[in-house]
Amino acid sequence: MAETFRFWPTLTEPLVRQNPVTLQILGICSALAVTTSLATALTMSASLTVVLTLSAGLIASIRRHIPDTIRLIVQIVIIASLVIVIDQLLQAYLAEISRALSVFVGLITTNCLVLGRTEAYARHHPPLPAMVDAFGNGLGYSLALIVIGTLRELLGKGEVFGYEVLAPVSSGGWFTPLNLMLLPPAAFFMLGLLVWAIRSARPEQAEAPDHVAPMPREPAE
Amino acid sequence: MSDLVSLFVDSALAENMPLTLFLGLCTFLALSKRPESALGLGIAVTGVMGVTVPLNQAIYTLLLAPGAWAWAGMPDLDLSYLALVAFIGVIAATVQLLEMVLDRYFPAIHAAFGVFLPLLTVQCAILAGSLFMVERDMTLAQSAVFGLGSGFGFGLAVLMLSAVRARLAYADLPAGLRGLGITFVLAGLMSLGFASFAQMAAAQ
Repeated sequence: MAETFRFWPTLTEPLVRQNPVTLQILGICSALAVTTSLATALTMSASLTVVLTLSAGLIASIRRHIPDTIRLIVQIVIIASLVIVIDQLLQAYLAEISRALSVFVGLITTNCLVLGRTEAYARHHPPLPAMVDAFGNGLGYSLALIVIGTLRELLGKGEVFGYEVLAPVSSGGWFTPLNLMLLPPAAFFMLGLLVWAIRSARPEQAEAPDHVAPMPREPAE
Repeated sequence: MSDLVSLFVDSALAENMPLTLFLGLCTFLALSKRPESALGLGIAVTGVMGVTVPLNQAIYTLLLAPGAWAWAGMPDLDLSYLALVAFIGVIAATVQLLEMVLDRYFPAIHAAFGVFLPLLTVQCAILAGSLFMVERDMTLAQSAVFGLGSGFGFGLAVLMLSAVRARLAYADLPAGLRGLGITFVLAGLMSLGFASFAQMAAAQ
């Protein structure tokens, strides 16, 4: 039993406490671009988690054979090859979603999250923990995407997963869809608010102020 | 000619990389604390994109596009699935080359850039420039203008954000919103502003 749970902290730590999107500032580009609907957000999360886990496993298993000077290129080529495989699979089986994701599947290659985790963790650890860590980070990323995707689709269209939840005015209901939610600025606002919410719940994550106001001088007697 | 000018304006303002397409956000957020570093990053991105997008266009049309090997008797050969690896290789090589040239001939500029140059290899905006170039079937001239325009737009946005953030250092914010949180809200407001450029482009 103890063996099974040895990796538990590695797996659960990135979910909220060390969430890649809201704390480590990794992989934000795709997190914002694909969250207009929950379906694209889920596809993107799944693709990224698969690429992340496999590349961490591969790189960790050949970590002793990669010369330090060219390691970036080796890592990028491994990641790019995995991304090509995923991209071709999506085009073959989920053509519609693949079109909605546009270039963002290709951009998993330069997703800072993938390279960031391989650089920070997989390079120094054996394959199994590296894959667990990558999987945990993938889940943390997915969690942030799902929260933002659900909120944007719910408030922007009154739907979740394409099913009507809040009846819109146009079909006799009461809900007026907020079109702003589907536009780029809303993604920034939602993520900002999410960061605020998490940091209010966990004050230890708050950043120190850059500038401390000088003490007000005592009024002269 | 006017086509190219409007493409430049379009790619810099209406389709601003970080603010409307969410590309290159990691460096956009990480290096916008001070205006000096933001300016360096903007110049570096413009330079690298101005070189890599046309270079990748040439490589794609001459070697990878379907039918590119027709002259060698292989008209059915379609290597376009290799585009991703080829592009990332070109970008990594360009960044490395740029770094060596700057180090050799302009050590002052090289020192000013510091760690940003190698980081540009994994800048999503730069790779996205090449991917968009393929998706929109650009010519060599168009891709050069597109690369420079997108880089310029990125530089503009990061410089503006850093100027606002430098002022915000003195603001008394709620603890949870400090740093990353307020930066997202700022970027959202700037993105609203840039959305008006997109409206103008659509109205034309």
